[in-house]
Order: sequence, then structure tokens, then C-alpha cells
Amino acid sequence: MSFEADERGFFGNFGGRFMPEALVAALDELTVAWQDAMADAQFTSDFEAILRDYANTPSPLYHAERLSEKVGVRVLLKREDLNHTGAHKIRNVLGQAMLTKRMGKTRVIAETGAGQHGVASATAAAYFGLDCTVYMGAVDTRRQALNVARMQLLGAKVIPVDSGSATLKDAINEALRDWVASVDNTAYLFGTAAGPHPFPSMVRDFCRGIGDEARRQSLDQFGALPDAIAACVGGGSNAIGLFTAFLDDDVKIYGFEAGGEGIETGRHAATIGAGDSGVLHGARTYVLQDDDGQTIESHSISAGLDYPGVGPQHSHLAEVGRASYLPVTDAEAMDALALLSRTEGIIPAVESAHALAGALRVAEELKAEKGPTATILVNLSGRGDKDMETAVEWFQLGADEGDDK
Amino acid sequence: MSVASAFEKARGEGRSALVGYLPAGFPDVDGSIDALKVMVDAGCDVIEVGFPYTDPVMDGPTVQAAAQQALEQGVRTTDVLRVVEAVAATGAPTLVMTYWNPVEHYGRASGRNGRSGVDRFAADLASAGGAGLITPDITPDFGQEWIAAADAHDLDKVFLVSPSSTDERIAMTTAACRGFVYATAVMGVTGARASTSDLAGPLVARTKATTDLPVGVGLGVSNGDQAAEIAAYADGVIVGSALVRTLLDAGSDRAAGLAALRALTEDLADGVRRG
Ligand SMILES: Cc1ncc(COP(=O)(O)O)c(C=O)c1O
Repeated sequence: MSFEADERGFFGNFGGRFMPEALVAALDELTVAWQDAMADAQFTSDFEAILRDYANTPSPLYHAERLSEKVGVRVLLKREDLNHTGAHKIRNVLGQAMLTKRMGKTRVIAETGAGQHGVASATAAAYFGLDCTVYMGAVDTRRQALNVARMQLLGAKVIPVDSGSATLKDAINEALRDWVASVDNTAYLFGTAAGPHPFPSMVRDFCRGIGDEARRQSLDQFGALPDAIAACVGGGSNAIGLFTAFLDDDVKIYGFEAGGEGIETGRHAATIGAGDSGVLHGARTYVLQDDDGQTIESHSISAGLDYPGVGPQHSHLAEVGRASYLPVTDAEAMDALALLSRTEGIIPAVESAHALAGALRVAEELKAEKGPTATILVNLSGRGDKDMETAVEWFQLGADEGDDK
Repeated sequence: MSVASAFEKARGEGRSALVGYLPAGFPDVDGSIDALKVMVDAGCDVIEVGFPYTDPVMDGPTVQAAAQQALEQGVRTTDVLRVVEAVAATGAPTLVMTYWNPVEHYGRASGRNGRSGVDRFAADLASAGGAGLITPDITPDFGQEWIAAADAHDLDKVFLVSPSSTDERIAMTTAACRGFVYATAVMGVTGARASTSDLAGPLVARTKATTDLPVGVGLGVSNGDQAAEIAAYADGVIVGSALVRTLLDAGSDRAAGLAALRALTEDLADGVRRG
């Protein structure tokens, strides 16, 4: 079975390019440049080199022994949190920034929710000497002031977006509006494996090192492939980056979506689990929408998963049953965040904690099925430094331990 | 009257047609009906009823603000159709300008297996007297479902061409259009601009080379003088944000808003007669 998009960008029923005519020429240009670059050995070896020398990949595949002991199966962590800028996102932006240079464009724009993709974009722009503008929902600029400062320090201009719900989806809208007026000299560094063709395939190509490395490391270090792999799914870049290498293997694949306060409350971001097929941001995919097809605002404790759409390849993998997509609530994710911090001394991003929490549920089944030699591989997509404020609030940290709570 | 005959009538009078846009439900549903009727009365030949949508990527701040206000008041798809029905009853050909997802989702009860709403929307639009759709975020190569439904219900299909379109894509687009072809005068989103664009003329020429359909020029037109400039080379002048602005600026003073809307429409109608 092929999991690739056809030449119009469709993965089965999902994907495509539902976009204003004004942007079609730019998307065509990008498609040609990307395909050309991927076929150019110089480009791919330059990409490998910058990932290795600058972004610190391949990231280790780490056997979390204390955690494994606790859960009763072998847990392997793909340590994307150790990458430069602290998440898998650096892979995508370095690839897209190299492509921008190759196309002779001088300016990049990006959207960001929590600020991770914005920081990564600002970093790549600094490295490659590109002018950088980042659109960020006004609500998010207040929630993530530290990342705004980071982007500014790196030389990027951060523009707060007040329209709509003033969060990630509106930042995407505003970036698209900028792009319509600036395509001549500007590349849009899209932050996840969603949007119109070629972004879902291109972003996947730039992130697939996660899974390619993890697959090789599994065989080299443990002599076998894992029984199951797990990643969190916002737009889906870290998840598709992990999944791609394993699609043809006898390995169970799990994507964990943000269940927020619980699907039944309506306050969640479980797009595949609770959404409906529609068109958002240029692709046919699952969308959180009301009966009139208006987008519903998503909710998650994790800003990086707080998006009412999802990459179309995930919609396809869900529809054909190659991967399972399940919700993880805010509370489950925060419990997993605390557990990993205390058993392994690793503070994960809240996004990644969703993957871990879901994996712990799967581990129960695996243990029952295969016993303690069963192995689950979890993508630790990012580190938790950016989430300290969330943790302080959730766990009531920082107060004097002697205080009455 | 059909969109085609409105353009023909204008051509017969030796002028361009005036196409006016306003979102349904702004300032509220009845208020939008009143305003659109004023536009018809003051000289719009064709009406575009905007369909408020949560993620309007082709709209600038003015249209966004109006659509947002409509959404916050809870405007529904059925309200949009009610506005179409009321405006079409004046005899003015009435198109709906809409982003794609609400059309696709029309009448579909939440749940995975409901059939697509495109055909149902087309049927209800036709029975409300609507003339067809203007679709800013789908192109004919990804609009097969709409094209089939429009053909089945005899509705106009207005797709957009852009200064960045290749000649091949312009030909592909005009071949799929019925009613008129929408040429976007600038690389950018909706919004009134101080001066007209020098990209529009060449785009209209390239478009006309592929079709006998009338070509309308939109994006950025804000007054009668600009309308006159465009009318010199285009079959239609499309105005949106500037009209919306008159109502936004008047705030809660509805009468003042309608008076300003009428004055601007008359100025524009005069402009298309001077071109
Ligand atoms: C650490 C981390 N993981 C995951 C995500 C979710 O994005 P995606 O689903 O594209 O991997 C984000 C987004 O900001 C992130 O920062």
C-alpha cells in the first residue's frame, strides 16, 4: 500500500490544494523547487550536515530504564528535546530555509502558537541571513511572552494577531494574507505537516529523519524494531516525521491528540477523534467545525496541540486504519509530565507529555499481550522549559512547601 | 435578471456594470437586507452577498470586522439564504461570495457519513433565487464538485484570476466560469486602496484573450474616480470594503450608515458611466 500523496497532493480522500488562485503560482514554484532539491545530492547532503553540525542530530534513542521498570515494558524515548532550540521543529525550518535560499527569496514569514515554530524560524532566518516576520495570536503573545522575547532577540519581527480567536489558526490566516501580497520575495515557512500541497509532503520530508534515525537506532541498539510507536499530533509534523519510516513495518502506530478537558466537554483539540471531514487552510482533512462548517475553537493545555485542523496524511492514515489516533486529556498529560520528570530527570514539553501519557496506556495492553520484553518507542518531541509557567499553575509549584495548600 | 443579462444591459448602455458586496448579517440580518436594497436602488447592477466565515484568508481588516460582527451575532447559513432571497426579490442578480467549507458542510448533520452538502446548497441557493457563487478559495481544478452542482442547478460559477496566474491557468479558469470572470487587481487581500493598481489592466487583457465572458475587476476600489478608471478597460467594477466601511464608520446610527452607503454607491454608479 502506498501512503504517498498523488501529484495533486491527495492522500486518498484528504489533502489537495484548496487555495486562492493568487497563491497557486507560488505553491507550484515551491513544489518544483522542493522536488528539485530532494533530487539534488548536494542539497540533501547539505541538509544532513546542518542538521548534524548545527541542530545536534541524530537525536539519541534513549532506553528509559527506570520508567520501563515502572510500566513493565521497555520504553524508548526519541530525544528530540535535545535538538537545538529544544524541539523537532528545527528540522523543518532548516529544510525550508535552505529551500528559500535556493529559490532566491530574501524574506520568510511564519505562524506560531506557543512560539516554538516561531523561535525555530527566527533561528533559521538568523543563520541564513533572511528577513523574518512571525505572526502570533495576540492571546498567545501574552501567554508566551518569553518566546516573543526570544524571537525578537534573534532578530525577527513578531506581529500579534487580533482577528478571530486571536490564536494559532488566526495567525495562519494572517500569514497567508501577508503571503498573498508578498510572494515575489517571501517564502512561507509553514510550521506543521498541514496546509495546501506541497506543505504536508514537504514538511514530512524534512521531519522524517526522526523516524529514519529511530528505526536504525532500534535495530543497532536493540536488534529489533519496537512493537509500537507513539507521537503527539497537533498539525502532525513530529508524528508524521516519526511514522514515515515505520509505515511498511509490522509496528503499531499511535497518534495522540489533545483531549483537553475531555471530548465530552467540547473543550479539546481532538480533530481526528471528534472532528468531521472539511476544508481548512488549503487541505481537505478532519476539522473541528459546527453544523454550518464554521471552525470551532480548539482547547488544550498545550499551545502546540491547540489547532482545530490536522495534517491530511494523518486523516488518511486514520481512515485506512494504518494508525490509531486517540485523545489524551490535559490531566493525563500533566501526570505523565510529572512522572517523567521524577523517574528520569527529563522535563518534557507538554505536547510530548501527551505522547507519553498515551504510550503508557498502550504499554498496559502490550504488557498483557507480550510481557516485559514488549517495546514502545515514544517521540519526545520537545523539552519542557517553555512550559514552566503551565506547570507552576497546574501543580501549584513555586510556593513555600510549608504553606497550607 | 441574470448576471449575464445585467452585464449585457450595461454594455448596451456603453458602460461597465457596478458589482457591490456586503456580508450577510452585518450589521444584523435585517440590517444587511436593508443595506443591500439601498445598494440596488442606488445603482448596483449585480449584488454579492458575503458569507461570513471564521477563517477568511482573502479578506483584509474591514471585511473581517464586518463578518466577525455577523458571526458573533450568530448568523447561520439559513440566514445567508434568507438575505439572498430578499435581495434577489428586487430583481437584481444576486451572487454569494463564499469560502468553501460552509458550502461543503451545508445541511450535513454532524457525523462522518453524511453526504456532501454541495448539491443541497446549490439547490437551496437556486430556489432562493440566487444566481450562483463567487469562490475565492477554490480554483476550478479543485472545484469539480461545485462545478457539477452549479451545472445541475443552472447557477453561475465565478472563479478568480490573479496577476500571478499563468496564461494557461487563466484559460483553464475562464473556461470553467459562467456569469463573469473575477480579476483581482492587486496581489493582496480585500481592502480599499488610495490608488488603482497597474497590474489590473494587463490582467484584464490577458483574461479577455481567452474568453468572451465579461471581466470584472475587484480589490481596492474605493470611489467613483477609481471606478471610472477601471471602467475604461473592464466590463465590471467590483466594490466591497469601501461600502462596508460606510456602515462600520456610522456605528449604531443606522440611518446615517445607509445614507453614506447610498451616497458612495451613487458616486460609484456615476463612475462606471464616466469610464
Ligand atoms: C514540542 C512540540 N511537540 C509537538 C508540537 C505539535 O506540532 P506537530 O503536531 O506539528 O508536531 C509542537 C508545536 O508547537 C511542539 O512545540
